[in-house]
Amino acid sequence: MTDDHAPSPLRRVWRNLRSRPAAVPMALVDTAAARDLAARLEAAGIRRLGRGLSLHALDPGSCGGCELELRMLDSVVYDLARFGLRFVDSPRQAEVLLVTGPVTRALQAALLAAWEAAPDPKFVIAIGDCAIDGGVFKGSYAVAGGVDSTLPVDFVVRGCPPPPEEVLEGLLLLLDGGI
Amino acid sequence: MGLAATLRAQGGVPCRPWARHPVSPGQWSALGAEAGLALVALWGDALSVHALWRDAEAMLAVSVPVADGRYPALSPHRPGAVLFERALRDLWGHAAEGAVDDRAWLDHGAWEVATPLVARPPLRADAPAEGHVGSPGELDQVPVGPLAGGIAEAGQFRLFVRGGRIARVQARLGWLHKGVPALMRGKSPRAASRFAARLAGDAPVAHGIAFARAAEAAGDTPPPPRALALRAAIAEAERMAMHLADIAALAGAAGAPLVAAHCQMHREALLRAGARAFGHRLMMDVVVPGGLATDIAPEGVEALHEAAAALVRDLAELGGLCAPLLRRLEGVGAVPPALAAALAAGGPAGRACGAAGDLRRGPGYRPYDDLNVAPVREAAGDAAARLLVWLAESRDSARMLRTVLAELPAGEIVATLPMVTGEGFGWAEGPRGGIWTWLRLEGGQIASVFQRDPGWLHLPLLEGAARGADLADWPLVRASFGISHAGMDL
Repeated sequence: MTDDHAPSPLRRVWRNLRSRPAAVPMALVDTAAARDLAARLEAAGIRRLGRGLSLHALDPGSCGGCELELRMLDSVVYDLARFGLRFVDSPRQAEVLLVTGPVTRALQAALLAAWEAAPDPKFVIAIGDCAIDGGVFKGSYAVAGGVDSTLPVDFVVRGCPPPPEEVLEGLLLLLDGGI
Repeated sequence: MGLAATLRAQGGVPCRPWARHPVSPGQWSALGAEAGLALVALWGDALSVHALWRDAEAMLAVSVPVADGRYPALSPHRPGAVLFERALRDLWGHAAEGAVDDRAWLDHGAWEVATPLVARPPLRADAPAEGHVGSPGELDQVPVGPLAGGIAEAGQFRLFVRGGRIARVQARLGWLHKGVPALMRGKSPRAASRFAARLAGDAPVAHGIAFARAAEAAGDTPPPPRALALRAAIAEAERMAMHLADIAALAGAAGAPLVAAHCQMHREALLRAGARAFGHRLMMDVVVPGGLATDIAPEGVEALHEAAAALVRDLAELGGLCAPLLRRLEGVGAVPPALAAALAAGGPAGRACGAAGDLRRGPGYRPYDDLNVAPVREAAGDAAARLLVWLAESRDSARMLRTVLAELPAGEIVATLPMVTGEGFGWAEGPRGGIWTWLRLEGGQIASVFQRDPGWLHLPLLEGAARGADLADWPLVRASFGISHAGMDL
């Protein structure tokens, strides 16, 4: 690899001091998805979980599209730490389970075990159209259905896949105790 | 003259662009042993099993009848046939006689039916054989998955370890099987393309293109030039975005957060440009059989152009940042050359082993014939080589994207496909490697379909590359291949 044109470390520091943060500015956007979430949170009676949330992603059958968008959410671009949000590697440390994809019959038991491993209080967010009701895979011999076929779902984020911003909006609503 | 050439000279079942040749069990086995042929795909149908071969000259599609539920196995000569044969038995009940491995693959005993693709699937009588074999002996076992932590696709790996080194890896996928081939049946190509795009979220555009081309071949209706050009543009955008995601994941696993951050920022810019161009960040459902669902938004041309240009401007710096990472990855997860040659896998992982496979450089794939796709290749076959291939291809994709967008032909974006009976093959070079789709239409509806994701050949490559690796390097080895589990699980 050639690095002839790469700036020196000092120049890089100087440039970074002058430049704006890489993370996108965030404001709660009044989208349909956000309003939907707010209504569901109200109904669920969720108020306040504290200043931070630990998130754990579970894939019981996704095509991988939602995972790619969740990985973007976990990147420097969205900078979750500034909101007190962080991804953890085990359901045992998680307060919120982000579940993507329809639930395949093969993964139903594993999904349930992961949910049982998460300590109470815990919240399940169904991420994406497949997680809501099975999406296009509804009715297949290999698919049990949406996440609610296996777990109690607290709320959903629509989209195929939902953009990171919309997942973030949902999480911020949860953090603020519903509005 | 070899058997492949003899068969090509004969007629076969009409299928575009190549006829499909019925062969006897003897010829089928002889092809399996013939030198110079590489197995591309192996899949099933109600009464026969099909194989797609490739040699230096061209492709060869053959079919062997299934008698008493059996057909001759290819796996004794072809390591790449193992997973296909296991999947074939799970989906169709066709048993490969003489197979080196007859364990279940996709069927974990969780479905209510067995052999779900046959006309009337029987209710399951007993659970399939346990997925793992081999006595561990004095090896330690490290199980990973199927829900393995991190933001990752479900998949299970059993690592057999001796003295901190991986002696053997046994992959068990099939967890994500959603029955896509069954869901596509009886639908028009247009309706089924939604499933094609959702087989593997890492390549909705490339899978969409391969599927659309198969349907267009079956219906003998080429898409308009503008659609072909735009398809190439978004396929290259998808490749850059996916390579950046793969580099970011590898860099993250190797503790190089600055490299990861650079890649994620450029990936985000590309996804946003995709959203401005076609209203969808991953550009799902943009490609449809016959052409495109929507034309590119005028501001989208500029957005994609700018995202690609920004990446090119940053690539020199990114390459500099990658230097320490490359040193860390040297020798990690090196593919044994014999295995690389036996699998002839293609894709970035194959090209990092010195193989030439890139479907874009082959014949009959417009508009790539005019784009001079760079022959990116690395010899070492290790994780560093795969990273170098990703970097070099990202640069070349940016160049092609900008070339195509600068010379977009005007005109229609979609052609109407006739409601016909016919067969076709379609292919596309996806971010992770070559994608092949075969389908048969009956009265304009899908009667049978198979989508071959590159993962089918890359998973055995990964298993071979991990042998001898440090247990602590497993995440690096795995990330350096970038395999879509969903794409393989169907």
